[in-house]
Amino acid sequence: MSFRAIINAEIVSGLSAPYRGDILVNEGTVQQIGAIDIPADAEILDAKGKLVAPGIIDLGVFAIDKPAFRAGGITRAALMPDQSLPLDDPGLIQRAAASGKPEIWVHPMAAATRGLKGLEIAEFALMQMDGAVAVSTGRGWIADSGVMQRVLAYAAPLGLTVIAHAEDDGLTRGAVATAGETATRLGLPHAPAIAEAMAISRDVYLAELTGASIHFRQVTTAAGFAAIRAAKARGVKVSCGITPAHLNLSDIAMSDFRTFAHLSPPLRDESDRQAALEAIADGTIDVLCSGHDPRGPEDKRLPFADAAPGMAGAETLLALSLGLVRDDLIDYARLFALLAANPATILGIDAGVLAVGMPADLIILDPGAPWKIDTARLAARAGNTPFDGLPVQGKVLHMMKGGQLIS
Amino acid sequence: MSSSRTSPSTGLTGAAQFPHRHLTGISGLQPHEIAFLLDEAEQWVDLNRSASKHDDRLAGLTQINAFFENSTRTLLSFEIAGKRLGADVVNMHAAQSSVKKGETLIDTAVTLNAMRADIIVIRHSSSGAVQLIADKVDCPVLNAGDGWHEHPTQALLDALTIRRRFGTIAGLKVAICGDVLHSRVARSNILALTALAAEVRVIAPPTLTPTAIERMGVTPYTDFNQGIAGVDVVMMLRLQNERMNGGFIPSPREYHALYGLTPERLEKAAPHALVMHPGPMNRGVEIDSSVADDPKRSAITEQVEMGVAVRMACLDVLTRRRRGVEGWA
Repeated sequence: MSFRAIINAEIVSGLSAPYRGDILVNEGTVQQIGAIDIPADAEILDAKGKLVAPGIIDLGVFAIDKPAFRAGGITRAALMPDQSLPLDDPGLIQRAAASGKPEIWVHPMAAATRGLKGLEIAEFALMQMDGAVAVSTGRGWIADSGVMQRVLAYAAPLGLTVIAHAEDDGLTRGAVATAGETATRLGLPHAPAIAEAMAISRDVYLAELTGASIHFRQVTTAAGFAAIRAAKARGVKVSCGITPAHLNLSDIAMSDFRTFAHLSPPLRDESDRQAALEAIADGTIDVLCSGHDPRGPEDKRLPFADAAPGMAGAETLLALSLGLVRDDLIDYARLFALLAANPATILGIDAGVLAVGMPADLIILDPGAPWKIDTARLAARAGNTPFDGLPVQGKVLHMMKGGQLIS
Repeated sequence: MSSSRTSPSTGLTGAAQFPHRHLTGISGLQPHEIAFLLDEAEQWVDLNRSASKHDDRLAGLTQINAFFENSTRTLLSFEIAGKRLGADVVNMHAAQSSVKKGETLIDTAVTLNAMRADIIVIRHSSSGAVQLIADKVDCPVLNAGDGWHEHPTQALLDALTIRRRFGTIAGLKVAICGDVLHSRVARSNILALTALAAEVRVIAPPTLTPTAIERMGVTPYTDFNQGIAGVDVVMMLRLQNERMNGGFIPSPREYHALYGLTPERLEKAAPHALVMHPGPMNRGVEIDSSVADDPKRSAITEQVEMGVAVRMACLDVLTRRRRGVEGWA
């Protein structure tokens, strides 16, 4: 077998602070790390002192968009069940699971209910056998508490985490913005921010009751974080994530009716954004994800309320997340826990850290390389980013998936 | 031409008096720019009351009224305004357009643009739709109402009506009453009246009061009798039928009992208080006929008259650049 040695690396293993060392890869896995013995026939890749980190595991994308994943350093993506045919059938799961290999691994999530309609539980166990790594309620909330209880109860013994969306639909139906001054001035249908905490509260009680693990893909409000902290303190198996949008933007970004800032959940007010930064710093948030949802003009060049929510986030996730390290909110070890190790744990996949015996899924990155986010120049299938024109730092130089360099 | 003269109050000349390409809302206008449009409208009030009622300054220009939402009076008002200025006026109704066939709003805008419209007047049921079109066409765009967002010419005609009655707007107490949540008329009026230094209150059921409305510089009331006390102007809003039965309020009769403008309630306002309504009215729901039809109190028909004059002023001002008017080209 061919050995590959990455030398002069600043290693961010996800387990400790960065340290200088080398990595030896063989048969798709990490064989040695730190001080290594380089076999004579090993192919050498000189990292030239740049960071070498686990490949990003993006928990919750809506499209398989390989160029965007490659540009963003994403080696594995957990696919939301909200596809043109909802992923509620083992055959669909099987096809989705095979769709990215070998360069990107797609981990499909099983729809929690048939057709994502929120009424009847889907065949989780059969879908798990065909590659589903979690159960997801999709873009929406399951309004019927009885159905949600059964979803959680059925998923628990299978070891499948339920990935939930946290918006109480009775409050948020028809809304495209968070209640507040901006929504009022723009005349947009809006819902109070507490719709999130209400949804979380119900679902963590049901998770506690059933013993299930629950992960809220996006938590974005102060009240939501308070509900998560309280549940964690009680010992509920709960975790939560966020995208860079809610860490960097407030609802003011919707002014001028910019549909690229039409997101689900909608952007919040500035105090909630500050609460999100605190929740990153204090460990309440477990996962940083892109929410990658490329949308072309047919979905976005519409009046704000008629446009589809969502943003193309895969390529900007890493650069925007590195800003959290530069701002001293978190260190590199925690950053890659948020981007790789924690998502792997939640999904139950053996990946996400650089250690002997783990898959050689890694990225070599220059955290200081400057570039400008430009809608027209993104590799993604569509350029619907709310960060158009923003100068950022951090580029992926090389990506390795299962020991193979991906170009 | 009179339009190139220097404004005595601001010292501004020509296009500096109104440096905007479109009129998408009151938001973004300076107080003196609002006053400028009102001043411009005065001449059209006079013309409209004269025998000839005609001016040719928009001759040869094409005005398209693109109404993606049903309207009778606003459409009629814009059509009359354009025709009195000599424009070739074309009306496009959503009901008979390809919008129903799935054409996107942008495609429609591009089509109108390709037909070389000189000014497009748009009404649409979605907030922000007019801005979207304004960004895609070469000619001036005039917002005739977008969703819950803005209806700037309504606010201008209301301001003109008030100013002509009271001589000024600054310092007046104005109550805007009814379904403020879903009302573009309320939003534009709040922006215009606060910009012109009126003291604005909104009176609405809690279910129809927008969140954080006080951040727009108004005082909210849920008690009609408290809110109306001592006001100079009572501006009523139309309550849409679909909101009446259990959605946002329990019933029309309960709404009337709490928020209807009756002669008794009007007693609590200032003795000279003016009653306004953008129309069409739900008589017996938000307003009693005896109030609406009282010529001493009601300015409702005057509002309609001012509407034509204000729209003529907007059409004139927004097309000055294209027409090469001195100081505006």
